[in-house]
Amino acid sequence: MFYSREESINPEELKKLQSERLIKTVKRVYENVPFYRKKFAEAGVEPADIRSVDDLARLPFTTKQDLRDNYPYGLFAAPMGDIVRIHASSGTTGKMTVVSYTRNDIEMWAGLIARCFSMAGATKNDIIHNCYGYGLFTGGLGIHFGAEKLGATVIPVSGGNSQRQIKIMQDFGSTILTCTPSYALNLAETMKEMGVSPKDIKLRAGLFGAEPWSESMRRDIEKLWGIDALDIYGLSEIMGPGVANECLEKNGLHVFEDHFIPEIIDSATGKPVAPGTRGELVFTTITKEGIPLIRYRTKDITRLIPEKCKCGRTFSRIERLSGRTDDMLIIRGVNVFPSEIETVIMSIEGVEPHYQIIVDRAEHGLDTLEVQVEVNEKIFSDEIKALEAIEKRIKKEINSVLGIGVKVKLVEPRSIPRSEGKAKRIIDNRKI
Amino acid sequence: MKIVQLSVFLENKEGRLADIIGALADANINIRTLSLADTKDFGVLRMIVDTPEKAIEVLKKKGATVKTTEIIAVEVEDSPGGLYRVLKVFKEAGINIEYMYAFVEKNNDNAVMVFRVDDPDAAIKKIKGVKILKADDIYKI
Repeated sequence: MFYSREESINPEELKKLQSERLIKTVKRVYENVPFYRKKFAEAGVEPADIRSVDDLARLPFTTKQDLRDNYPYGLFAAPMGDIVRIHASSGTTGKMTVVSYTRNDIEMWAGLIARCFSMAGATKNDIIHNCYGYGLFTGGLGIHFGAEKLGATVIPVSGGNSQRQIKIMQDFGSTILTCTPSYALNLAETMKEMGVSPKDIKLRAGLFGAEPWSESMRRDIEKLWGIDALDIYGLSEIMGPGVANECLEKNGLHVFEDHFIPEIIDSATGKPVAPGTRGELVFTTITKEGIPLIRYRTKDITRLIPEKCKCGRTFSRIERLSGRTDDMLIIRGVNVFPSEIETVIMSIEGVEPHYQIIVDRAEHGLDTLEVQVEVNEKIFSDEIKALEAIEKRIKKEINSVLGIGVKVKLVEPRSIPRSEGKAKRIIDNRKI
Repeated sequence: MKIVQLSVFLENKEGRLADIIGALADANINIRTLSLADTKDFGVLRMIVDTPEKAIEVLKKKGATVKTTEIIAVEVEDSPGGLYRVLKVFKEAGINIEYMYAFVEKNNDNAVMVFRVDDPDAAIKKIKGVKILKADDIYKI
């Protein structure tokens, strides 16, 4: 019934498996990663202290900053000779977080993605249309290897050129779609514009992730395409897509607990929250070799759903993501830090540090980012073309640093609300 | 012979123009002429007032971004070909006009137009056969 036996593992068996794997992982990072050896010493814990998953809370947290501080290879726990692949999160040099995979890691990841597909009812007979970007981003290749692992036919079409995507879906008979949810909406619009009916396309399900999305967006996607739309969750630090995935019950995402131990903590105190309460999601990887992470703080806010799932899988479910603890924005699948935008703005002579970022989701489903910058006497001109040139310059520099297109809008001085504490830099108008 | 023009940055929002003009009205400042250049998101209000210094003070107090630019004002004969004759002079002198706009009222039966050029001093020297108005003339129109 399930892709792998572990999906219906009983709690005792799971605890035993997790404990064995945790002990092994703790030993592995202690022996191979100086960062962890130091961190464990600071926390007063040694590998011998970890005898089961019950001891997990004794271990220190790992943060994104730790990955940056140890850029690029500092947290790798396997020799480079055993690393077969590198992925990295988007961002500028120095802001990138680099992750690695051994052959076993790639195999494990592919197996988990295959699980995700089978949760959507896919089999080897399906044709998987993969629009995730191929490259440093984990989405494209991660999904690709999983689709092949399942034995399905994968079309590595990657993103862009929407009309061609629709034509390929029609001609090649795509049955499963993988992309960001906003791109799924965008493609549906293109399909409509081309006069193609969903009935002309064989699509029956899709795995959508890499950005937050809502139930109403799910309803739209399902209606426009006539498919089951499932949420796939992951982050490159932990593995990439496929850390957790929805089943057809569409009520929370099953975390693949045989490979990742989830915890929910109070992000202010670091203490575990009461069962079923929302908090920051933390993962410990227990099978990874390339870059195992101990208690990695994802900054994603969710809760563990205590009830058993009707589908019969015993893995815990996390609720669909409701927000992030920090300011990071996910725009069209790209991680955007307001601080990066700020750096760009500040580098342009005469421009003041008064800015605001407005995130919206256009009708066609794509996220839009508008950067409002206050005008001052230094940059103001009586000539429109000079003002437009400043807008263009800011836009170009942001684009070259973040790799995404933004709209720049000059606004009147003091029109951006001032704050006495932490400035409210972001207005997220996306209805998700 | 150069004249001071005030430019004010305006966001494309309801009531912004009224706020600026209202502040000038409250300070009893007379706007001699104005023009509004606009794009999708913002506009630039350019105007010539009777008391520029006072107007700058009022506008800054209001929180507006103000910039002064030197422009030249020229008399244009109010008959067919009047503007053409002036533009021909500019063209022959090799002066590029960034923008221009007109006064509502006349000076000695002639229309008055405002020209924004790159280098007003050089332009004034080069222009022959066109009457360039002084600041005082303008403020009295």
